[in-house]
Amino acid sequence: MATKKTAKKKPASPKKKKTKIEAPEEVMATVFIMGKAHKVPADATIMGAIEYAGYQLKRGAGCREGFCGACATVYRLPGDYKIYTGLACTTLVEDRMWLSQLPTFPGQKAIYDIDKIEPSVETIQMLYPEVFRCVACNTCTKACPQDLEVMDYIQAAMRGDIEMVMDLSFDCICCGLCAIRCPAEIVQYNVGLLAKRLYGKYLSPKSKELEKRIREMKRDKYDKEYQELLKTKKKDLKKIYYERDLE
Amino acid sequence: MYPEYMSESLEKVTQSRNKRFELAKSGKPIYPPMNAEEREDVLNKFHPDYKVESRRKVRIGPNKGELLTTEVTDMLESHSRITSKLFDLTSPDYETDILIIGGGGAGCAAAIIAQQQGVKSIISTKLRLGDANSMMSQGGMQAAVTPQDPPTKHYLDAIGGGHFDNKPELVRALTEDGPDVAKWLEELGVVWDKADDGTLQVLHGGGTSRKRMLSCRDYTGAIILRTLMDEIRNHPEEITILEFMPIIELLLDHKGQCAGGVLYNLETEEYFTVKAKATMIATGGYGRLHIRGFDTTNHYGATGDGLVMAYKAGAKLMYMDSVQYHPTGSVFPEQIAGFLITEKIRGAGGQPLNKDGEIFVFPREPRDVESSAFIRECLERNNGIQTPSGRVGIWLDSPLIEMLHGEGYINKQFPAMHRQFIRYGIDITQEPMLVYPSLHYQNGGIEINEKTETNIPGLFVAGEASGGVHGRNRLMGNSVLDYNVFGRRTGKYASEYATKAKIGTLSLEHVDKYEKALKDARIKTKRVSPILLPYYTPEDVRKRQLTACYEGTLR
Repeated sequence: MATKKTAKKKPASPKKKKTKIEAPEEVMATVFIMGKAHKVPADATIMGAIEYAGYQLKRGAGCREGFCGACATVYRLPGDYKIYTGLACTTLVEDRMWLSQLPTFPGQKAIYDIDKIEPSVETIQMLYPEVFRCVACNTCTKACPQDLEVMDYIQAAMRGDIEMVMDLSFDCICCGLCAIRCPAEIVQYNVGLLAKRLYGKYLSPKSKELEKRIREMKRDKYDKEYQELLKTKKKDLKKIYYERDLE
Repeated sequence: MYPEYMSESLEKVTQSRNKRFELAKSGKPIYPPMNAEEREDVLNKFHPDYKVESRRKVRIGPNKGELLTTEVTDMLESHSRITSKLFDLTSPDYETDILIIGGGGAGCAAAIIAQQQGVKSIISTKLRLGDANSMMSQGGMQAAVTPQDPPTKHYLDAIGGGHFDNKPELVRALTEDGPDVAKWLEELGVVWDKADDGTLQVLHGGGTSRKRMLSCRDYTGAIILRTLMDEIRNHPEEITILEFMPIIELLLDHKGQCAGGVLYNLETEEYFTVKAKATMIATGGYGRLHIRGFDTTNHYGATGDGLVMAYKAGAKLMYMDSVQYHPTGSVFPEQIAGFLITEKIRGAGGQPLNKDGEIFVFPREPRDVESSAFIRECLERNNGIQTPSGRVGIWLDSPLIEMLHGEGYINKQFPAMHRQFIRYGIDITQEPMLVYPSLHYQNGGIEINEKTETNIPGLFVAGEASGGVHGRNRLMGNSVLDYNVFGRRTGKYASEYATKAKIGTLSLEHVDKYEKALKDARIKTKRVSPILLPYYTPEDVRKRQLTACYEGTLR
């Protein structure tokens, strides 16, 4: 169940004042959702259009803000041979667009023990040997809805440059669009994920401050202070709070 | 691109920027923080929670007679999807040590800790593994790691931000485990923002007295959760993942222990039963209830499912009268209305400004205070900026950040935010964003203690679904910390419990009893919960649908 309010497009609260600005008249577009024609608002996102048409999404919707990669979509435009890719939540519809969502992608994931591998090209060779089939066609980069340099990080992985793979794949949302377009059948996003974990664990310089704090916590350095605070009455705690110094 | 009529206001923002920059650079206060009275005043007058109609008394269940958020009361006072008659509980379809309900941060952290102790688990998740608000947190995670910031300062900030209503032992657990969580995550492979010498980058958040916000650019949640998910997928023998298979009711045994749940396969529309020695609720929050008609920053699946299941089984809720509105939800363009604009923007020096380009509030008040101040500026003082669709908002000046930290800083630290706006022709290194409070977080939840236990033996809760950690207002960066701290604690304590627990005869009697209580209280409703999926179907389409006669769609 969702309340009736849920279905409302525009909430009441943030627009209390009288509107002076005229809302533009709704322009409609035709889109073909999995081949079926629907009339939808021309300024809708693909996800908005699918829901406007009456679908209640199970697959193909997630965070709806471009972070989770649930809504990978492929589409074509009239008179154009190209296959386009995008996230349904952040891509706007175009008139006569023909679209289909990618509900899931059977991407290969290597199983490994993070404590027993090294941040080196050998690890890449062992876990994702298909990386070395890359033909540098750049299709992955063109498919990426985040505009990441996907091919460049795969090339970096071939050289064992873990830091560069980490850096270039940092904003990857694992939507799978690169992998489904790859003629070498590489699962780029999992290679990126592996490199990030290797970098974070083995290559990132360690924080001395953090190590020191952990040692302090181990010997219960703050135990007394905590006990004091836990005993402090609400009234006194308020006073301490409002008088505390700010960095 | 902003419409032409906003150019005058935008011009004022540009004009005042140099002066604001000089002041911010000088280190002098840019605006005085509110004292206790001022905070109370603005909350009373403008926070949506403080409106009489925002709360309604719940008539049945463990919190009977309490005033709760109206939409929550509606959800609690509703029918189950099932009755006990439908099930033969003598031969469950799945058996495991720990049933983890929810595949977000808390559930994943718990599964990893349990696995490390040789304890098996099933993660039941309504959508995909990792489909959760945890994935969407942008700005960071608080952890007291610098020499000038003992964890007790963190304790004080959190408890003051929560209006001193937090359960102190939970705040102690939260802040005390912080540094260890930071290290644990790094050892799993999380890439924290750091200086070249390894010093962790720390920034301010709303209501913090020390800089203690750790981050992974503005993909903090995504980096952390994907690391946890990858680790989980490295252990398929011990951790079973059931996707698109939400739990829709808990199972109890004849001794009143929690003993698993009833699964619903969203796609084949079948039910299955799971018997477990311990059960964890990690279902997150309820932003998709669109409380008081607000847009939300939340994930599609945030429909408060765990809350209602636990309530029907007899779990006590805490502070379910308190809702968090994030001060900076986007209001323009319309396509991204309600989307989260990370508080890290203000942590890095971004300023909220009214239509005249003036700063009107200290940029880093606790969220409830900051949000209320924004609402006051727009609705009472009429100093907001109206959008073409009739919304109203205030400016969040991001170009100032580049002036403060140097060119390229936004691209490096806020790639997600930059991406979000450039799609619509707004370059946030050059122009401000238009914002208004958006429904963000469930401050309360199922009451837990520091071992994440509830009043039902064998039922553990962690993350946003739990209540008490944040009192009546959570600070930025404490939710990411929360799901790690208490997710790990569930992993530990539920494992201990599971190794000793002896489960008796399984039962769904509590579901029938709840149904009877509804009837006895003469509550007539068509509502069914858990809600599982929100719907955004236009009314005219909805009328023609097969499920049109239901409240909701029953999928």
